[in-house]
Amino acid sequence: MPGYIIRRLFFAIPTMFVIILLTFLLMHMAPGGPFDDLVDIDPEVLANLRAAYNLDDTVWKQFLAYLGGLLQGDLGPSLVYREQTVGHIIAVGLPVSVTIGLSAMTIGLSIGLVCGIVAALKHNSVLDYTLMAAAMTGVAVPTFVTAPLLILIFGLYLSWLPISGWNGGQIQHLILPVTALAIPKIAAIARIARGAMLESINTDYVRTARAKGLGEFKVIVHHVLRPVFIPITSYLGPAIAGVMTGSVIIEKIFGLPGIGRAFVDAALNRDYPVVMGIVIVYAAFIVLLNLIVDILYGFLDPRIRQT
Amino acid sequence: MSADANQTRKAGAATFRKRSLWHDARDRFMANRAAMISTGIMLTIVVLAIIVPIWGPHPLEEVYWDRMMIAPTLENNHWFGTDVNGRDMFARVFYGARISLTIGVLTTLVAMTIGVTYGAVAGYAGGRIGAVMMRFVDIVYAVPALFLIIVLVSVFGNNFILVFISIGAVEWLTMARIVRGQTLSIKEKDYLEAARALGLPASAVLVRYIIPNVLGPVIVYATLLIPINILVESYLSFLGLGVQEPFTSWGRLISQGAKEMEMAPWLLLAPAVFLTVTMFCFNFIGDGLRDALDPKDR
Repeated sequence: MPGYIIRRLFFAIPTMFVIILLTFLLMHMAPGGPFDDLVDIDPEVLANLRAAYNLDDTVWKQFLAYLGGLLQGDLGPSLVYREQTVGHIIAVGLPVSVTIGLSAMTIGLSIGLVCGIVAALKHNSVLDYTLMAAAMTGVAVPTFVTAPLLILIFGLYLSWLPISGWNGGQIQHLILPVTALAIPKIAAIARIARGAMLESINTDYVRTARAKGLGEFKVIVHHVLRPVFIPITSYLGPAIAGVMTGSVIIEKIFGLPGIGRAFVDAALNRDYPVVMGIVIVYAAFIVLLNLIVDILYGFLDPRIRQT
Repeated sequence: MSADANQTRKAGAATFRKRSLWHDARDRFMANRAAMISTGIMLTIVVLAIIVPIWGPHPLEEVYWDRMMIAPTLENNHWFGTDVNGRDMFARVFYGARISLTIGVLTTLVAMTIGVTYGAVAGYAGGRIGAVMMRFVDIVYAVPALFLIIVLVSVFGNNFILVFISIGAVEWLTMARIVRGQTLSIKEKDYLEAARALGLPASAVLVRYIIPNVLGPVIVYATLLIPINILVESYLSFLGLGVQEPFTSWGRLISQGAKEMEMAPWLLLAPAVFLTVTMFCFNFIGDGLRDALDPKDR
């Protein structure tokens, strides 16, 4: 097991390095410079400004300087908001995004698992068909359609919940965005759990467990459920990426001050250091979470550790 | 399956007809009702997307000053109502269909070209080169596609062509993995060994054995990639990074509709329904194609 974890770690570090290099090069290729809007500027002052930000150095020198700053937690200044650093923007937005992302993942996992297990236990019943039709719809309807519909129904027609804003993370402000974000995950996890359950119900070892006279409850908990967690775990990686992508849309729709909205605003304003900083933070999150998923996977399925 | 085989045997006794695997696949697909209905619906939407902007009751950009934001009505043929600027929604929804579907198909073609070439080369080369090529795919995989696309669009600008090149340039990764895996497994097959032993040149091996065997999964995945890419473009347009005026797409219409949904919910619902139906249809068609083409389930 320690060997397996170290091998996974050795994959994570070069991954981060290549991602940072790629985003840096892309940003470097972007047309226009940070001082283009300063029209009436003395060429000498401009030269000094460029020197102060090391813009005249070669690309690889600039990259090393950026990497050096990154290792010390310095992501550079924002080009649009002169008083703020990229680190500051991320520090403000990250707690918001993590809160809604984690809540959505937790809800997606718990409700999705329950729905999938119930549907599999009541295989071919009306309940099964209803749950699976709902799950199919949940997978097919995009987040930016469900979110406005939720706002329309629960915010505007029924006036039960606030339709936008963060307000320090009050629970009423969380319900709609988290629901919109969780729906596709609930649906996808329910479908995977149902499929895996149906497969494991028909295995020989479950028949053996029943044949030796084990109670139905024990059969389900000890024998049927265990292999269900393997496909669910392997879905966690894409699910996390999906929640992060979804949160960009959700934060924009609900006006939440997370890093997803900061990312889109920065992309619209061509605030490259902010775009780059946020991509790196997202990538770091995903690489880290995938590492955890991989390790979990190794615990769940001993066959994986060998490869 | 066995009934089918019996039938074939009976028919074969009387008049022997050569049935290709593609022929079998077509029969299996036609027997799938959900996939056939979905194909019908998609064809209808495609035909409407072509003819409505040309022969529809209202031109796309015509502004009716006296009829702004009216609900769907048969009067004056505003079947889906009009938007804030008094433009006919029926025309706009199908004009949006044109852009969304075009982007969906073109981006998929871009992704397919890159992915199939990359995957086939990585699989056929194998060894160190193949491993390094796939390691690169693994690394780019770590960043969600939408983020990379947003970065590309913000760097290179968001005109129509750049948007679809950006989407295609990111969405080819899975295709490359599928093609590489398929190529690797075919390379080990005995019939390929036999073909090589008989002196068939590499190009002929590629054309006669590798490509036909890779084609099935590629078609299935491409069908599933089209709705993903339509959705990605909608996300971009929704965020203001996608196609710009005077173009419009379902994503743009939904984002504009969401702003007015309290007063005029039809502005949100009309494009949202068409987008969702398209997502459903492509998923059913993809599933149907997989069942028809995947040799594992036969």
